[in-house]
Amino acid sequence: MTKKSYEEINEKIRRGEAVVVTAEEVIDVVAEKGYAKAAEEIDVVTTGTFGPMCSSGVFINFGHAKPRIRMQKVWLNGVEAYGGIAAVDAYIGAAQVAENDPENKVYPGRFMYGGGHVIHDLVAGKDIRLEATSYGTDCYPNKNVDTVITLADVNEAFMFNPRNAYQNYNCAVNLGDKTIYTYMGVLKPRMGNAAYSTSGQLSPLFNDPYYRTTGIGTRIFLGGGIGYVAWNGTQHHPNVQRGENGVPMVTAGTLALIGDLKQMDPNWLVGLSYLGYGPTLAVGVGIPIPILDEEMLRYTAVKDEEILMPVVDYHQGYPYGNHTDLGFVSFKDLKSGRVNIKGKDAVTTPQSSYPRARQIAAILKAWIQAGKFELTQPVAKLPGADSPIEFKSLPDRQPSGAVSMVRNRR
Amino acid sequence: MKKRVVLYFSAVQSEQPIIYQLIKNTDLIVNILKADINPQKEGYLVVELEGDKDSYEAGIRFLKNLGVIVEPLSQTVVWHDELCIQCGACASFCPTQALAIERDSMIVSFDNSQCVVCGMCLDCCPTLAIKLHFELQEAV
Ligand code: SF4
Ligand code: SF4
Repeated sequence: MTKKSYEEINEKIRRGEAVVVTAEEVIDVVAEKGYAKAAEEIDVVTTGTFGPMCSSGVFINFGHAKPRIRMQKVWLNGVEAYGGIAAVDAYIGAAQVAENDPENKVYPGRFMYGGGHVIHDLVAGKDIRLEATSYGTDCYPNKNVDTVITLADVNEAFMFNPRNAYQNYNCAVNLGDKTIYTYMGVLKPRMGNAAYSTSGQLSPLFNDPYYRTTGIGTRIFLGGGIGYVAWNGTQHHPNVQRGENGVPMVTAGTLALIGDLKQMDPNWLVGLSYLGYGPTLAVGVGIPIPILDEEMLRYTAVKDEEILMPVVDYHQGYPYGNHTDLGFVSFKDLKSGRVNIKGKDAVTTPQSSYPRARQIAAILKAWIQAGKFELTQPVAKLPGADSPIEFKSLPDRQPSGAVSMVRNRR
Repeated sequence: MKKRVVLYFSAVQSEQPIIYQLIKNTDLIVNILKADINPQKEGYLVVELEGDKDSYEAGIRFLKNLGVIVEPLSQTVVWHDELCIQCGACASFCPTQALAIERDSMIVSFDNSQCVVCGMCLDCCPTLAIKLHFELQEAV
């Protein structure tokens, strides 16, 4: 029985002897040699995904102006960043819409520029207009700043994404009679297409379905640089229905990721415009999986046909909660270009880039082979499949006098 | 009816209020989509003309009588490889396989000769890598 420790694997990486394959290649190795032999030979399997991830953004410290300002409202290229933290810190979110964007007034809106585009331009080293306003204090008298910055000028810029790398996601269809414009792209009426967003057998959390090696502190590929898993992501909901292989059949685990933006690459952080929906950011994520034993190897050998995702109607089901049971489709069928949903054929529309996911897994593999990237053992586990996490909805309550009084507290 | 045409002007014509007269004389709705006039006062306008068939024909006759060269607008779709992230969304909207996915590699490619300029792909590209281009004659 194969057993390897993180230290043994890192020792091999340092010696340049580690055997590293991608989550696609491992499937062929298993087909040829079987699980036991493959587990003995392979040290690391690399994964990758590159798709729209709205819950992403960057913390920036701009440095102080002269005289100093306590930035209350902040805009980068006309897109508002959150300024409600210390004087010259702000957070630019990927899904933020530009000030004065026509939004959906001319439906469907185009959202040509937003937070995701600002992040892409920052990483690309472009000039960014920084505007900030404030009310002025004794220590921060300045009320107005309007200047130009680049990524090189700021003190710190680190990406912190509250929810990335969703483990499984809905396959979106439209059962209505009109085209709809969603965060899953354009959905044609009467189930004219089926949109999906995952890299399937290459996707990080499909290869570690029970978060055995992916945990807090795991070193990863993030946006072309090195990042870390910081926490479980928001909406991390691991105790769901799973297949025999452990792969969840509905949306499940998520990761909160962190990394230094200054090391990242604009190729792997690309601003997107979703017609009728809004701006967002395509984020590249790759996670290495140490083959500690045969069990880990079995997880990483998961194939497209073994990954099922639920079909969800975005006309009535998703927005209003009036769900129609449309069953499941396999990632293999989605990738083929056509799926059959309840007896009807639909063309499939990918949102996540499979070729780019494959490139990320290959880059991470090359980093590890070159001894530039060692694996880390998680410092703490993510809540697992047996944790009693409930997926909560927003309570609908009437704000009472007592609640509104909180604002007037002295 | 609604039609898009390219109007090529010489210096003499561009000094006259042609568009004003066109609207006034023919009842056409004229929407200027693109304009380029060089320092020698030569250039072109890409316009969309909307109105009934008679007004449209009268409008074209009026322009031709003034010596303006009127050409049907030919558009082409340009695929900017360098902006494309290879998601593949566009290919599922393309009726002719001009934008197509090679299923083993999942790589998207564009074959201009198969494109019928239906415009279906333009709306679904999140990187705005697919653009419509007006094709203009080089020298008039
Ligand atoms: S314009 Fe129409 S035919 Fe041409 S590439 Fe786009 S979808 Fe295909
Ligand atoms: S939709 Fe745009 S980004 Fe996606 S493959 Fe087509 S051209 Fe490339």
